Amino acid sequence: MPSDLPAQPRPARVVFYNDPKVRSIAYQLVLCTVVALLVYGAARNAIDNLARAQIASGFGFWNQTAGFDISQTLIEYSSRGSTYGRAFWVGLLNTLLVAGLGIVFATIIGFIVGISRLSSNWLLAKAAGGYVEIIRNLPLLLQLLFWYNAVLKALPDLRESIVIPGGLILNNRGFFLPLPVLKGGVGFFELSLLVGVGGAIAFYVWARKRQERTGQRPPVLAVTLLLVIGLPLAVFAIVGRPIGFEFPQAGRFNIAGGIEVLPEFVALLFGLSIYTAAFIAEVVRAGILAVSRGQSEAAYSLGLRPGPTQRLIVVPQAMRVIIPPLTSQYLNLTKNSSLAVAIGYPDLVQVFTGTVLNQTGQAVEVVAITMLVYLVISLVTSLLMNLYNRRMALVDR
Amino acid sequence: MKRFATLVALVLAATAQGVSAQTLKAVKDRGMLNCGANGTLAGFGLPDAQGKWAGLDVDFCRAIAAAVLNDANKVKYVPLSAKDRFTALQSGEIDVLARNTTWTSSRDTSLGLNFVGVNYYDGQGFMVRKSLKVNSALELAGASVCVQQGTTTELNLADYFGANKMQLKSVTFATANEAIKAYDAGRCDAYTTDASALYAERLRVTNPDDHVILPEIISKEPLGPVVRHGDDQWYDIVKWTLFAMIDAEELGISSKTFDEAMKSPNPEIKRFVGTEGNYGEQLGLTKDWAVRIIKQVGNYGESFERNVGMGSPLKIERGLNKLWTKGGIQYAPPIR
Repeated sequence: MPSDLPAQPRPARVVFYNDPKVRSIAYQLVLCTVVALLVYGAARNAIDNLARAQIASGFGFWNQTAGFDISQTLIEYSSRGSTYGRAFWVGLLNTLLVAGLGIVFATIIGFIVGISRLSSNWLLAKAAGGYVEIIRNLPLLLQLLFWYNAVLKALPDLRESIVIPGGLILNNRGFFLPLPVLKGGVGFFELSLLVGVGGAIAFYVWARKRQERTGQRPPVLAVTLLLVIGLPLAVFAIVGRPIGFEFPQAGRFNIAGGIEVLPEFVALLFGLSIYTAAFIAEVVRAGILAVSRGQSEAAYSLGLRPGPTQRLIVVPQAMRVIIPPLTSQYLNLTKNSSLAVAIGYPDLVQVFTGTVLNQTGQAVEVVAITMLVYLVISLVTSLLMNLYNRRMALVDR
Repeated sequence: MKRFATLVALVLAATAQGVSAQTLKAVKDRGMLNCGANGTLAGFGLPDAQGKWAGLDVDFCRAIAAAVLNDANKVKYVPLSAKDRFTALQSGEIDVLARNTTWTSSRDTSLGLNFVGVNYYDGQGFMVRKSLKVNSALELAGASVCVQQGTTTELNLADYFGANKMQLKSVTFATANEAIKAYDAGRCDAYTTDASALYAERLRVTNPDDHVILPEIISKEPLGPVVRHGDDQWYDIVKWTLFAMIDAEELGISSKTFDEAMKSPNPEIKRFVGTEGNYGEQLGLTKDWAVRIIKQVGNYGESFERNVGMGSPLKIERGLNKLWTKGGIQYAPPIR
């Protein structure tokens, strides 16, 4: 009978201050207010104390003349005509350069060493293992100093420079390369380069689709080489060689002209790459071990050799495990580049937090800006890596 | 980031409270003087193999400790590089900075610091290898020069080369140690710093005789001790410690002759040693404040000779640092 059915339970009516949702919002509001007050109070306190001690504050120093020289500048900079703000950008570009190249080299070396450690060749595996254990356990600063002194001592003095045919000079002041000088007609050459690279990418995408549909793979390598190298070379010759070279010349004291690669840059790049590669190798090894053995066994039973197995089956699956710790290693490398201070490479910390801070005396502003910059670089890197991670994630079907 | 700003501000606030106008009391309560020193520069501030500090700036800190605490050995030396010397003083970590620091207008104003005087009149010079056959700094166009970061040296170098339209490649390092090592390794052609430091650093290269110091002095570098803004009493004490050492040399009072000075009828000497007047009490110290300095440390001339002059490995001539009565420009106001 209908009256036998139990009555539907109704939600209990509570007083608003006992409602968990209301409470949680209230707590969060209170916490936010407290934090905001603390931050405001601290900032106010700092400003007042700086004013009382008569230490200059504010960001007016950004537009003052710098007055000092920087040994490596990727953009226009002069000691008399540039400001502290300009010096900041020079330092930042130097940091990005060494961090970017360091990430590329560290990844390549790390993957090679990580995969080698799992190789069935006993010598290779033990050598890779030794490399990882030694490099991981020595402080980075010591390694940087070692590379700097090793690089400097190994290179010959200016008077006995090694001259490589083609206009390259190597000595302990740096590695000097010919600088390409662009002459008229270079626009066509640049256009042909763009067209070649774009065409190669388009062809690669089309070739993959074709392979997925029909199983036949068009000759990607040959076509790519033709488009990326052959086409621009042809245009180069036709338009009349619009690129000249400025060769480095030995002056009384130094080499003038050409592109200069500082030994400090090389030492920092070596040190950072080799150090971080040891950590990346372990991350890669963990990722590969995480892929079930059945995958490679199935691949072998299909007739795939170990090389393509690794490349097409194992590593793509391992990437899901590898990418999050790999992101951390990239961020570590970027922040470790600030150790450039110890060997005289003009990165952001050396130029801005070193020289500019000391010349202006405004420690709070300069350090805050530097920390903000590193924070932004790290956040952008991890954002990009997370985007990549999401694309590689396992899709449950 | 927010937390770090809070922490920084709190630390600044906490330390800033304690430092203004109370330094004399703090030093007496602590029983030790915190002195910011160089740590790597022979002749100015360098600990020896037993850890005992010696140098012209070290003697100055010892003089302050003698005047205030009656014991020249009650000093704690904090070695500082050119980059962190000012923040250490601003934050209260040290009471006085005696680290061959050049007196400039921006440092005197925007850093919140006061220079008490000049204990060494210096200028910037260059050191090169003899094998380069360079006789003058004007021949250094296109050379690479090793220099320490965060110093007036760096700025003067760019100015000099710019003014003489010479191309410069400067290689900067965080500490003088690294800079001189790189110069020695051949990374750069020349090394530049204050002339007095050049003599000191030349002792540290592998072959001192292979290097020559060029004759040009390209800037004024008046080196002097520094204290914070806002503590006039401490500023006066430190300033008059320096003047007492110079006045003593002028009056002929040294660590060997102060016994005779105590009995001298010369009114200037009587005022100096404290038998007449209460100039010590006016500073907040004792009557015999100046005698303490001379007895335990010596006068300016003695300190100069044993640290950087002919009695030391540096063998620098007094030059501009002679007394005004002997042709130099060291001149101290009278104690009266």
